[in-house]
Amino acid sequence: MLPLVLFFIFAALCVGGAINLLVQKHPINSALSLIVVMGSLALIYLLLGAEFVAAVQVIVYAGAVMVLFVFVIMLLNAGVEERTEHASRVATVLGVPGLIIGLSIAVWVVSHLAGLDRIAIGGPTVMNGSDVFGNPQAIGRLLFRDFLLPFEVTSLLILIAIMGAVVLARREE
Amino acid sequence: MGIGTYILVSLVKIAIALLVLLTAVAYTTLLERKVVAHIQNRWGPSRVGPFGIWQPLADGLKFIFKEDLTPPYVNKPLYLLAPVVALTTALTSIAVIPIGPWIKLGSINTPLQIADVNIGLLIILGVTSVGVYGVALAGWSSNSKYSMLGGLRASAQMVSYEIALGLSLIGVLIFAGSFSLRDIVDSQAGTWLGFIPKWNLFKGQFVAFFIYIMAAYAETNRIPFDLPEAETELVAGYHTEYSSMKFAMFFMAEYANMVTVACLASILFLGGWSGPVFGPPIVQSLLPVFWFALRVFAFMFIYIWVRGTLPRFRYDQLMAFGWKFLLPLAIANIVVTSLVVALK
Repeated sequence: MLPLVLFFIFAALCVGGAINLLVQKHPINSALSLIVVMGSLALIYLLLGAEFVAAVQVIVYAGAVMVLFVFVIMLLNAGVEERTEHASRVATVLGVPGLIIGLSIAVWVVSHLAGLDRIAIGGPTVMNGSDVFGNPQAIGRLLFRDFLLPFEVTSLLILIAIMGAVVLARREE
Repeated sequence: MGIGTYILVSLVKIAIALLVLLTAVAYTTLLERKVVAHIQNRWGPSRVGPFGIWQPLADGLKFIFKEDLTPPYVNKPLYLLAPVVALTTALTSIAVIPIGPWIKLGSINTPLQIADVNIGLLIILGVTSVGVYGVALAGWSSNSKYSMLGGLRASAQMVSYEIALGLSLIGVLIFAGSFSLRDIVDSQAGTWLGFIPKWNLFKGQFVAFFIYIMAAYAETNRIPFDLPEAETELVAGYHTEYSSMKFAMFFMAEYANMVTVACLASILFLGGWSGPVFGPPIVQSLLPVFWFALRVFAFMFIYIWVRGTLPRFRYDQLMAFGWKFLLPLAIANIVVTSLVVALK
């Protein structure tokens, strides 16, 4: 009962933060709303029993990625955003609700087909008999044993992206 | 233990921990002024009570009675939010830090720690990484060039050194096999040859220890890495526009972070509360806390000692030191440690 109540509180916080992110006119307020979204997502992971993922979500996304966002906004001193005059009225009124309904239906169908809707909220889910789902040992085993090749390929991809960014950002001599 | 007792015991522990932490913060300022004064051949605070012992109380009263000025050009919501974020995150991390073993009071058996969680170390890293926003937002919302430069420097510095700090802890985690701070302390129990304690420092983690200490000095914005508040160029950095209690909140946050860093260093590298235990039962249950406090005090003293001795880095030196020296060294430490553990 309590996990369900907490889930709805954090889910509401998450969606509220996301809507606020779109509504706010100043980039720094939008960035701060995104931090709220990241934080409540971390709490939802915690409710699912994935405490390692929750902590990493806070450290990496709320702590590092968003600090860089805020840093860039501060450095560029980005001002209040400007709106275009002739926005489509239909898109403004029906766009977001339509998108939400469409996405929810899609997620519901997919999760039903995959049988994912039976994962309980709250408490760890047992996987493969011995590994508790979401604990550091299980994640380590998955990343560095079962999915080692995809993991290494992803690392290489990120390395290439970093090197590309450095090359692009470097001043012409 | 019923849920009612559990909540009661937790509330009592929270109250005691906050009281002890805030007192420690207040008296660290006195210690700092005294020690730095003696390093510079001065007396330091000596008027309020013997040896200036009531100086922190006088300072606190002064902060409360100062005029609380909010400059008209600031971004008000964020200007008010920034010191709250800084102080809240600084005080939160103490919740997962264990200061001693389990104790038994009548029928209540409880650990000397507010919350014994299995990802304690990660929680501290997460909370401190969120603490950067306090400094960054203070710098931005003050709408002044000195605050802005201080805030920018602080966020860049803290994000850079967080990486070296996090990587320096991996070696300890490899030895302990757990993120729980209590497990990490337990993994350092015992001695070699009867007198050399099995601390992580002596297990070959001394490189990691020095990386941790240096990165932690940078994280807490202390000399020699106090570029964000370099008074010769930036007035007071990110808290230039703050006065009265709001300034005091940044001040308390900085010192609370120092205490957390010192606690963490004792737990991760120096065996936590291990030490000789003897005497009657009441002394036996309190001695570990004393040994722990002694280590924390030593770290706080070194902090102040370094402040009284070293000059400040230049900004490019600071960044080069973090990225080109500490980070590769931390990665090398991980590789060597895991090789040693794997080949053993």
